[in-house]
Amino acid sequence: MANTDIFDDPFVVGGETFRSRLWIGTAGYPNQKVLLDSVQASRAEMVTMSIRRVSLAGQGFDTVKLLSDYKFLPNTAGCETARDAILTAELAREALETNWIKLEVIGDRETLYPDVQELLKATEELISRGFTVLPYCNDDPVVCQRLADLGAAAVMPMGSLIGSGMGVANPANIELICNRSPVPVVVDAGIGTASDAVIAMELGASAVLLNTAVAKAADPVRMAAAMGHAVDAGRLAYLAGRIPRRGRAEPSSPQLGLVGS
Amino acid sequence: MELTINGQTRQCGATTVDDLLKEELDEGHTRRGIAVALNGQVVPRAEWERVTFSKGDRVEIVRALPGG
Repeated sequence: MANTDIFDDPFVVGGETFRSRLWIGTAGYPNQKVLLDSVQASRAEMVTMSIRRVSLAGQGFDTVKLLSDYKFLPNTAGCETARDAILTAELAREALETNWIKLEVIGDRETLYPDVQELLKATEELISRGFTVLPYCNDDPVVCQRLADLGAAAVMPMGSLIGSGMGVANPANIELICNRSPVPVVVDAGIGTASDAVIAMELGASAVLLNTAVAKAADPVRMAAAMGHAVDAGRLAYLAGRIPRRGRAEPSSPQLGLVGS
Repeated sequence: MELTINGQTRQCGATTVDDLLKEELDEGHTRRGIAVALNGQVVPRAEWERVTFSKGDRVEIVRALPGG
């Protein structure tokens, strides 16, 4: 029997403990069944949600009911000012009965890059109002440090542009952030396939948050399962410690007793 | 009474948040996932039946939807 202790590696953030190091988004799936099957296949325990005005043309399917077994992480996606993000967070807290918020304050609609100034402002205010703030931010060690100093429960630097599938564009930055951060680092955005999630975890991330890579895969349920395995593999490899890279061969079999010599 | 609901100004029969939700939401829609703000302040669920509108109030009715 293998030593099972190596799989006992809970992820603690904001005073809560997760067995899975994958958080998954709920947008853009082909239908509700694929969404639910994908979330289940991913083994994620927390799902992200958005907050939008009720459409007067009808409300359609109730995703809150569909995913009621999961912990909700509402976001402030699309907000461009601290003021809008704060009101959205307050509405989310009431709608989903959670003080956790994935804080997004976007500075540019084309790249969806965060507006750092507004992000810091909103982080400070929401923490003073009792929120557990998880800010989506640049892969910048100084910005991440400032957010942690303000009291963010974790920092969520971008792997690459939201929805781009470009993976971890600047692994050196993510590694630097992971090595220095006093709070958990969740790589958010840009993950395209399972190997990207592995890389994020091998660099030292505590968890990965993704959506499009699964929702828009040809087979979302299979990709969701792959992502669950990817974060596990990357985490185990990070804890195991990789061998150094070297530019020459090193035989792995013994050199003595070769046949025929 | 004239209210601005989700950015649209119109005449409304409802006088409380609860009445307004009955008018605006599909029949049988669960109230979980819904939140309401009145003039930029969230109205807690427990006060939906109690809080009444004044002419010109700005009301936001939101719900949780799929998101990333």
